[in-house]
Amino acid sequence: MHSIAVERVSKTWNGVAAVEDVSFTVEAGDLVALLGPSGCGKSTTLRLIAGLDAPTAGRIVIAGREVTGLPPARRGIAMVFQSYALFPHLSVAENILFGLKVRKVPRAERDGRLAKAAETLGLAPLLDRRPSQLSGGQQQRVALARALVAEASVCLMDEPLSNLDAQLRLEMRREIRALQQRLGMTMIYVTHDQVEAMTMADRVILMRGGRIEQNATPAELYDRPSSAFAARFVGTPPMNVVPATALAGRDWALPDAAAGGLGSLSVGVRPEAVRLDPAGLPAEIVAAEYLGADTLIETRLGGVPFVARTAGRIGMKAGETIHLAWSAGDAHWFDRASERRIA
Amino acid sequence: MKSRLSAAVHGWLLLLPAMALLVAFTHWPAVASLVESFTSTPRPRRPSRFVGVANYEQMLADPVFWQSLVNNLRFALGTIPLAIGLALLMAVWVNDRIPGRTFARMAYFTPTILPMIAVANIWLFFYTPQYGLLEQVTAALGLPSHNWLGSRETALAAVTLVAVWKEAGFFMIFYLAALQGISPTLAEAAALEGASRWTFFRRVQFPLLMPTTLFVLINAVINAFRTVDHIIVMTRGGPDNATSLLLFYVYQVGFNFWDTSYAAALTVVLLVMLAVAALVQYGWLERRVHYR
Repeated sequence: MHSIAVERVSKTWNGVAAVEDVSFTVEAGDLVALLGPSGCGKSTTLRLIAGLDAPTAGRIVIAGREVTGLPPARRGIAMVFQSYALFPHLSVAENILFGLKVRKVPRAERDGRLAKAAETLGLAPLLDRRPSQLSGGQQQRVALARALVAEASVCLMDEPLSNLDAQLRLEMRREIRALQQRLGMTMIYVTHDQVEAMTMADRVILMRGGRIEQNATPAELYDRPSSAFAARFVGTPPMNVVPATALAGRDWALPDAAAGGLGSLSVGVRPEAVRLDPAGLPAEIVAAEYLGADTLIETRLGGVPFVARTAGRIGMKAGETIHLAWSAGDAHWFDRASERRIA
Repeated sequence: MKSRLSAAVHGWLLLLPAMALLVAFTHWPAVASLVESFTSTPRPRRPSRFVGVANYEQMLADPVFWQSLVNNLRFALGTIPLAIGLALLMAVWVNDRIPGRTFARMAYFTPTILPMIAVANIWLFFYTPQYGLLEQVTAALGLPSHNWLGSRETALAAVTLVAVWKEAGFFMIFYLAALQGISPTLAEAAALEGASRWTFFRRVQFPLLMPTTLFVLINAVINAFRTVDHIIVMTRGGPDNATSLLLFYVYQVGFNFWDTSYAAALTVVLLVMLAVAALVQYGWLERRVHYR
């Protein structure tokens, strides 16, 4: 059963489309990440699902019930905001219980749910504090607790970790994922951080310019990006996408698809798939970045940057020439004009 | 050591111009009033002399003083809650995305930029017997004619209404600014939890506006004891002292009866009352206010 279905939803602001003809489904118990650069429409999509904005066209179905015209409170969802949206004058406990009090949940049950959520997220010693007396990570937990006590089956998250430092982000990422799986929540998670999307999500929906670029599992997104944009957006450092003409005359690198001519194609190779091979393409080193476990060697191929990732430390400096090669299966071929994948 | 001294001198010199003006026109007159309140009013044949608390004893026995005090308390109790309540209501209203929002904000603020004398004249016309606006409306509805400013029962209420009308727009601006400072995601979070507009106001907006309310309240109290222009224009304290407020009475005693020492004593009492009110507000209310 689909827990959430978004059907041909569009949203325009004064004639400018923020979200255009977006459709996808989320299975019950899945975590789906909406990924994309800023302004791609991912947050707008989430707000449309939450009911904070109304779509210009299309339908939204949650748990088999159409909710397109319903106010947020009647959609059976919980949400965590990027800024946490904690009430600054209320204590942690009052913040967490705000919704339950509004909904007139009996006191005994309220206290039970509060105790459970506080224990789950380690907030018990902080219940009497004000949000301003908490660290960023603790505020994040309070926002999470407020979403948990609602006991909604669907939870929406709008870049919940973007205000935390890197170390904390890593911890919270794991914690949120563990919590989501333990409680069997259906979650839509908006992020611009591809690492978050790849590590946490069951499916990743990559958006660009208000449309869905690719809707796939993290592995699929990495292994078979449907466009040059998806190829570059996922993976660090990003995939090298160069004009195919740079490979002219190198038969080992050319597939059958290239028979029609190289001029209309580009080829993508992940830095980690590149190896140094005396029979490969010669390229001059522009810079070498030593990261510890491996080294990123930046070169130029066909006039654009091309990065190779090699294990350990290499004893070469800028200006020297190396030879680049990869297996034919690691090359991704895209149409140059449309950027779509062709093989 | 020397440079510290010269820095201190430098600092005091910078403060001097403002300090001189403050001392000459605020501090010195205040102290002089206090001193004068213990002396008799100088007359051509009888120079001023120390009379102790005679002026204050006279005050206790003065029925017009007591009437002015009671009038002023009633005026304050009428204007303060009404003006603040109205200001809050208008601010919440024009803070939402409504059509014609800018126009509404401007309209609400207009009374503030008008001088009180002009406002009083406008309302004088509203209240005028026989052909005033209010009379025309009541006559059209077939209600009996009434002299709003001329009768003891309604005069104070009538001038109270003018002050509310004049002040609410000013206070609204402070509330509006504070409301704009409240993150809109709080409203969204509350909406997700199912809070109604009223619940959101009561549980979130109003508590977060408390610092503004305290500020506005102190201003409203001071204004309630300071406003005198519209009394001079509209009623001159009448009929039968029904609209005589404390400051108006001070003015009357000082500049109509020229009993300056008694006026000084009245001023001191007024100042002490205001100081006590401000202290109570800061001391008691501030502890219940959430500052971000």
